[in-house]
Amino acid sequence: MSDKTVITAKDLSKRFGDFTAVNTISFDVRQGEIFGFLGANGAGKTTAIKMLCGLSKPTSGEASIAGFDIYKQTEEIKKHIGYMSQHFSLYQDLTIRENIRFYAGIYGLKARQIKERSIELISDLGLDDYTDRFVKELPLGWKQKLAFSIAVIHNPSIVFLDEPTSGVDPITRRQFWGLIYEAAAKGITIFVTTHYLEEAEYCDRVSIMVDGLMHDLDSPKALMEKYNKPTMNDVFLQIAIRNSRKEK
Amino acid sequence: MRVLFYILQKEFLQIFRNKAMLPIIFVLPIVQMVILTFAADFELDHITYTYVDSDLSATSKRLLAKFEDSPYFQLSRTSDDFKDGMEALDQNEATLMLRIPQGFSHDLQKEKKAMIMLDVNSIDGQAATLSFSYATGIISMYNKEIIMEWNGLAREVSLPVETRVRYWFNEEMEYKNLMVPGILALLITMVGMFLSAMNIVREKEIGTIEQINVTPISKTHFLIGKMFPFWIIALFELGFGLTIGRLIFEIPLNGSIPLLFAYSAIYMLVVLGIGLWISSFTDTQQQAMFMAWFFIVIFILMSGLFTPIENMPQWAQALTYINPVAYYIKVVRAILLKGSNFYDLQFDFLVITIFAAVMMGLALLSYRKRG
Amino acid sequence: MKVFLAFVKKEFYHIFRDKRTLLVLFGMPFAQLILFGYAITTEVSNASIAVYNQSPGQFSEQLIDKLVSSDFFTVSNRIASQSEILETFRQNKAKLVIIIPPDFENKFSRNEAEIQLIADGSDPNLATILGSSANRIIQSWMNELLKSKGANLSMNTIIPEVRWHYNPELKSVAMFVPGVVTIILMLVSAMLTSISITREKELGTIEILYVSPLKPVLIIIGKVVPFAMLSILNAIFILVMAYVIFNVPVNGSIALLLMESMLFILTALSLGVFISTVAASQQTALMLSLFALMLPTILLSGFIFPISNMPWPLQIISNIIPAKWFLIIIKTIMLKGLGIVYIWKETLILLGMTLGLIALSIRKFKIRLQ
Repeated sequence: MSDKTVITAKDLSKRFGDFTAVNTISFDVRQGEIFGFLGANGAGKTTAIKMLCGLSKPTSGEASIAGFDIYKQTEEIKKHIGYMSQHFSLYQDLTIRENIRFYAGIYGLKARQIKERSIELISDLGLDDYTDRFVKELPLGWKQKLAFSIAVIHNPSIVFLDEPTSGVDPITRRQFWGLIYEAAAKGITIFVTTHYLEEAEYCDRVSIMVDGLMHDLDSPKALMEKYNKPTMNDVFLQIAIRNSRKEK
Repeated sequence: MRVLFYILQKEFLQIFRNKAMLPIIFVLPIVQMVILTFAADFELDHITYTYVDSDLSATSKRLLAKFEDSPYFQLSRTSDDFKDGMEALDQNEATLMLRIPQGFSHDLQKEKKAMIMLDVNSIDGQAATLSFSYATGIISMYNKEIIMEWNGLAREVSLPVETRVRYWFNEEMEYKNLMVPGILALLITMVGMFLSAMNIVREKEIGTIEQINVTPISKTHFLIGKMFPFWIIALFELGFGLTIGRLIFEIPLNGSIPLLFAYSAIYMLVVLGIGLWISSFTDTQQQAMFMAWFFIVIFILMSGLFTPIENMPQWAQALTYINPVAYYIKVVRAILLKGSNFYDLQFDFLVITIFAAVMMGLALLSYRKRG
Repeated sequence: MKVFLAFVKKEFYHIFRDKRTLLVLFGMPFAQLILFGYAITTEVSNASIAVYNQSPGQFSEQLIDKLVSSDFFTVSNRIASQSEILETFRQNKAKLVIIIPPDFENKFSRNEAEIQLIADGSDPNLATILGSSANRIIQSWMNELLKSKGANLSMNTIIPEVRWHYNPELKSVAMFVPGVVTIILMLVSAMLTSISITREKELGTIEILYVSPLKPVLIIIGKVVPFAMLSILNAIFILVMAYVIFNVPVNGSIALLLMESMLFILTALSLGVFISTVAASQQTALMLSLFALMLPTILLSGFIFPISNMPWPLQIISNIIPAKWFLIIIKTIMLKGLGIVYIWKETLILLGMTLGLIALSIRKFKIRLQ
């Protein structure tokens, strides 16, 4: 992990009407880091990630991704990032090979590169016998792994993963994290949101979000020590219960 | 350019893999052409009528015989009196009643003036006016005949001017020659607008649009990728429809077919632009379909497809100048039926090109990669 | 009962939350009526004519003035040569060309003059009307002319006197109101219902409903009740608008009209339910409703195109289209102001169709549940 900062956010906020989805969050992410966003459903993780990816315009605050401003240089940012959304976003009516070719193609890879990467990706995932299957026929875990591999097919410097493992069984989830480590080892910065608390422990640093606010940010070990709790689960529960919005 | 190729490849794969597409491309045009052409026949050739002859003279009988001989009229039954005849109108047995009052023959001879009463079902105003003018046509022909017979060829009878009417471009007055080109226009407008409006919305519904928006793909490339396949399909439909029209309905192809395709190619940009614009402000395919339908209905009703533009009040006639469908229908008919060439239609080419530029701009502006 | 009401309430929420669809459902008939009422008339106005006057003079110019002074025609251009006639038509500059031959003025005094009218026959009906109108104007001009000269015109004339029934002002909106009502009832009751039920099937939420204590029949009824109410609301909206804006009243019994409308809504709902038992996905339901319901309803019901003009195979097919029968019913009640005596046959046919469809849907439905 280098000391170079690839994501900086300062007082980033997003409001929808009088609802504040993301409330003045600030953080830095270093190159090659696995950075986790931990929070319950509706904590504002997805909104935050959408702003960073250039899918949604912030209401206020500043941020830069890979050195580009998220207000003015969204299209530059998009060349340097990969994204995997909460909703499964490969084309169900295309085959595995066709999905890979399409996404690699629109990232501007050359035909020869596409061919090489496809072969590599397919054999890495062990999908050699299924390349001409429609994506809709695959089990969910395979789809998620495929989606991740496609999100990094153009060797982005940062990849944003929005709850990539929701609904996936524990074994597949473990394998999925294997893919994440591999990518991180290649120097790709990983920005991942999750509500699985044990996954938080796989991250280099974790930030904990409750109701749009970022409450703490540190390595899982340091957080457990700070709150004097044995697991991230307990850490999270303590923060969340203390800071949760009053039920209306 | 390379990026564009991959988008197009994907769009074509998806379109032709979609089971619903093949019927749209191949069955819809045939069904539409055949059914619409047969159904959309406003030719009045058997106006049903009934009569009440209270005069029962040779003169009245000869007049009634004229109606029976006319190819436009078809006697459904005779009636005893007005009430009986109205019953026929009420029951939809007849749309027109002819009443010859008692003393008709006498009045005509002695008073030089006699009335005939026509009662017309005018729910369909258009058809009613037309049937009335056919009926008066028969009556005045008969009138002339009578005058000649009774007065001999008196000097006063001949009027200073004789008019002769001729009909060009459609001498047999075939209604289908008018309808087939119009239906062709309707067909490719519908196919183009529905498909393009629903396509991007579909990606919104299944969530893939987000994945696209996070790539560095340019808006222009994306929209061209979305449009081009439907542009090709619509032009193919045009060719397919023309072939059907030619083979089944023997419509005339008097003008240049390449010219027709050139105009259609520009026109389709307008239609697809509207479709893409619709998809930018709708969230579900159902909404997109309804919106597209809404636009199509208004455009079509105001286009002169089923009712001539001349049947509109002046302000509505003025509105047709901003209706792309009206231009297209006019041009298709002009090329196919009248053999109009580029020189004749240069103004229409200019207008549709401006429309296309505006709609493309609007589609491009309204599509946002960032919400 | 409470559960059932809660369920119906949920369905209402679904419908009223989709503002855009609602906008189209009420906006479309509104726009259509406005167009039919104001923009599409039965009278020709401002038809452009071109004049090729080869014999400029007193009479020919008088004749042209006469033609233009009616609202019927406007002279779009003057033609200077024979070859320009074709061009004028090809450029869509005129629908009718009037040719006054070179010797017109001379022959006029000898009662031998001729005028040629060339009409653009691409639209045969329009051409007929334009031709005969021009003819009529010319005739009346000559009569005036002769009268002013004191000619004895008392020839034996038959004067046709016309009375228009059911729609005395020949409003085109009167003809279309019944059609617009029919289409909207079909659209809401059949199409939306089938799509909505299939959507729940697709999303899997219908299974949750099936395991609820509600009987399956009640579930279906609960699903269709809101659409039925929306339909009837929409129909009333159209009828009120027709009366208030266009002065097209319901001449017959409103109660009878509403009852017949309910019957037709029932027919349409059972069609919608039937489609949803057949279709597996929303898209299929959409396609089926569009091609099997909407298109035939628009094309073959007699809404726009007169059934009597269709070739016999289409006339036979039109009999199985419920909208055809409803259209006869609504026209009879609304415009002719007649009662049930005149439409009992049509009512029975609709009733039969409805019962048949309900029976068919229930059978399909039961098979699926087993």
